[in-house]
Amino acid sequence: MKTETRRPLELVCPAGTPSALRAAIEAGADAVYCGFRDETNARNFPGLNFSREEMKSSIGYAHSHGAKVLIAVNTFARAGDLTPWLSAIDDAATLGADAVILADMGLMSYAAKNHPGLRLHVSVQAAAASSDSINFYVEAFGVKRVVLPRVLSVPEIAAVTRNASCETETFAFGGLCVMTEGRCSLSSYATGQSPNMNGVCSPASHVSYRQEDGVMVARLGDFTINRSSADQPVGYPTLCKGRFKTGVGEGHIFEEPVSLDVRQLLPALQNAGVTAIKIEGRQRSRAYIKAVVHAFREALDALADKRSVPISSLAPITEGQSVTGGAYVKTWR
Amino acid sequence: MQEQAPQQVLRLPGFVAWAMRPLPLLPLEIALGRLVKGIVARHPELVGRLNGSEWRCVAVDPNDLPFVILLDMREGSLTLRLARTLDSETAHARISGPLIALVGLVDGVYDGDALFFSRDLVIEGDIETVLALRNAIDDADIGLLRETAALLEPYAAPFDRVGRSAIAVVRRTLGLGGAEHRGNAS
Repeated sequence: MKTETRRPLELVCPAGTPSALRAAIEAGADAVYCGFRDETNARNFPGLNFSREEMKSSIGYAHSHGAKVLIAVNTFARAGDLTPWLSAIDDAATLGADAVILADMGLMSYAAKNHPGLRLHVSVQAAAASSDSINFYVEAFGVKRVVLPRVLSVPEIAAVTRNASCETETFAFGGLCVMTEGRCSLSSYATGQSPNMNGVCSPASHVSYRQEDGVMVARLGDFTINRSSADQPVGYPTLCKGRFKTGVGEGHIFEEPVSLDVRQLLPALQNAGVTAIKIEGRQRSRAYIKAVVHAFREALDALADKRSVPISSLAPITEGQSVTGGAYVKTWR
Repeated sequence: MQEQAPQQVLRLPGFVAWAMRPLPLLPLEIALGRLVKGIVARHPELVGRLNGSEWRCVAVDPNDLPFVILLDMREGSLTLRLARTLDSETAHARISGPLIALVGLVDGVYDGDALFFSRDLVIEGDIETVLALRNAIDDADIGLLRETAALLEPYAAPFDRVGRSAIAVVRRTLGLGGAEHRGNAS
């Protein structure tokens, strides 16, 4: 369906606060995604996110600088208590958001019926990994873009995009989820709260770090998920990045704490027909956002000018202090 | 997978802590207390982001200096005390790291998660409160030099100018100007 495979890739950047939003735009973001300060978005962390007033002024700031604001309402609404989610969609439309990012089909239906002029993007939390599922969202709700899960290789992204009847967006940098996103129950198993329903993976209220004989012990709920000596880097306190003892040894059973960086793959993603690339990290500081967005702006500008893509080191500010092409290259196959 | 050896955040030389140890804390406590009061007055959104109405005390421990900063957070307020040592019962949470890292966090030069991943920053206790504080400070876009200068009206502008020049010289001397420095995005 795609005809303009060579158009510049749109750079979609995270913001957890108005200050981070301004930093992202100053560093060269084409669009910024953010959420309201409640459980309607998948980064519902203490001190993070936007009040309605902050969202209004931030959208004004973004538009005056030629950037878009995409509001994530990407948790699944709670049965019997839809008000926070419906209000989030209504307010996003009223405040002039350029799109809402949704995962819940019920909310997509509500948005399509009540705000026909509001652009809909399908969140990665919907785990739409095939052209069949994407085309269903397009036909049923008129969605304009789908954020692809971080489990596809570049050839798979190209195949899905070729057969999809809307734009696709892929993650380009930041934390990785190896699980089927929107379906992962590890956090819920350990704490009773999940990113899918509550907007928090490994909620801070259930995390503890203690120094024990020179070793830092990280716990999530009742589970010890890591023990790190002083010279070992640490990661986020998620079960999927924990180290466990099993019958075959000790180590990262699900996933190593390592971050995605696809700058070397940008030409391939552009050729695959992808419309936009997304940087993960609404929970990160404006210093991180400034550094990463700036690096990607440089890379995209070089790509547009047909120069070689500069790859400055971003590994030191990432989880695990190392980067990978992840599933995009699938070297393990 | 590309890996990169972490680069340590610089610590103050040991003689600084040695020289400060016999000095009384009260003058510093008064000065820092005024600084925090000024920051809260100029950035009211900061306390709005702090979680809940319950009193929480966070110990900020510059581990290359001989004192601990205790931040008391209540609904609508943030106040500061200093202590020689940290009694484990005093604070709900502790944030520990070199002074340069802690100042850089407030100034938005360093990323807190990056410092935590590299073990330059250690956090213990009530993680929810620490996250709320970190996010509130990051959003407030505080510049410690600018905030300090604001206390010195009518000499704020020249103080700010001289301070910036001095910091630029120190950063150049210590080799902190490179964007490749871990967590340093300035």
